[in-house]
Amino acid sequence: MNEYHITVPFMRETAAMLRAGDYVYLNGTVYTARDAAHKRMYEALLRGEELPFSIKDNVIYYMGPSPAREGRPIGSAGPTTASRMDKYTPKLLDLGMSGMIGKGKRSAGVRDAMMRNGAVYFAAVGGAGALLSKSITASEVIAYEDLGTEAVRRLTIKEFPVIVVMDSMGNNLYEAAGDR
Amino acid sequence: MIDRGIGMRNIRTADVTAAVKEMCIEANHFLSPDMKEAIEHASGQETSALGRQILGQLKENMEIAGAEQIPICQDTGMAVVFMEIGQDVHFVGGSLEEAVDEGIRQGYVEGYLRKSVVGDPLIRENTGDNTPGIIHYSIVDGDRVTITVAPKGFGSENMSRVFMLKPADGVEGVKDAVLSAVRDAGPNACPPMIVGVGIGGTFEKCAYLAKKALTRGAGSHSEIPHVREMEEELLEAINGLGIGPAGLGGSTTALAVNILTYPTHIAGLPVGVNICCHVNRHAVRVL
Repeated sequence: MNEYHITVPFMRETAAMLRAGDYVYLNGTVYTARDAAHKRMYEALLRGEELPFSIKDNVIYYMGPSPAREGRPIGSAGPTTASRMDKYTPKLLDLGMSGMIGKGKRSAGVRDAMMRNGAVYFAAVGGAGALLSKSITASEVIAYEDLGTEAVRRLTIKEFPVIVVMDSMGNNLYEAAGDR
Repeated sequence: MIDRGIGMRNIRTADVTAAVKEMCIEANHFLSPDMKEAIEHASGQETSALGRQILGQLKENMEIAGAEQIPICQDTGMAVVFMEIGQDVHFVGGSLEEAVDEGIRQGYVEGYLRKSVVGDPLIRENTGDNTPGIIHYSIVDGDRVTITVAPKGFGSENMSRVFMLKPADGVEGVKDAVLSAVRDAGPNACPPMIVGVGIGGTFEKCAYLAKKALTRGAGSHSEIPHVREMEEELLEAINGLGIGPAGLGGSTTALAVNILTYPTHIAGLPVGVNICCHVNRHAVRVL
């Protein structure tokens, strides 16, 4: 298990280096989307429309923040359960999404799409939203503002702590933990 | 003839609103001492290095939440409110139900808490103020009102279960049901978790008891000896599953198993398992 400090967005070569169990600090830009935003993006793709941001090499953080107090970029900002996005995820992976940040198990369909496309799934610690918010330096709603907390946001993150749970080879840290 | 209010204690619904508002904000920023102690204790016992690191992050998270007024978790929950109302209480100043929802509204809007409630569950438009809450009323003796506000996050709520067991399944069947719910929940429920269990009653009663059990302090035990024994055995068995903090492996999967029981039918053995993450929030006020 290694420790890395990497920049997002990142390309497949970076994803290929990461292994389940690695501790990673992410720096750069990620996009938030959870249930309602995924549904809209998926429906947009089915209609042949563009996504509100370029998914290629980008990372989606499954997160809906609490409101920011004055003078702060964001409120509490920890991960939500990723499996609710499983229905929509393979399509986004096939379009070039390089990684996801969330918590909890994923479907076999997501695992297969990750291996097919060389992507990685990170876990942030669930329920540590106050701590994680300290690694977010800027937040801007870029689409679906009417969805409130579920809007798509562009986040600037600095040394954002995550753990590789599923890597591009199909290794899964949760399976190692639960199968004892 | 109806005796209007003689011998009754008047409580203003505005006071209910104020109490609910305060508790929504308080519960989302400060964990109760029992939860802090349970996490502290667990971090001394955890066998996995990564697990200890994660428990350390949870402690740091609590400190930041309190000091900087950032909610402990961004999922500030759907507001579950238990109203234990003394039968000698008379509410004045408007609708009680509206007063509770107004408290939730003010707490979530003014307290910078996330609005996580959709009005129609199928159309799914956010109500914008986290109302309505889930209000459980019970009428008790006396002239006091005890209000418990327990904001409930849905990462763990989604992993909760009701099992309609057969009487022949017995104690072992109950334990297997609880363990299977926890195993299925795994990392999704943000372990270390609190496991609320309701045994007996009916389909809805066991679920209610499981929810209510979550408001009992971590580290407390049932007063019924064989139920207490089951709590202890289940906690040990759950922590032997290896799920660990954040589901990444370790010996701390649950901080507590709280069981409440109720009489049931000769034909049944209902079991409700309500799982809560380590952000097991509850605040209590007596009016």
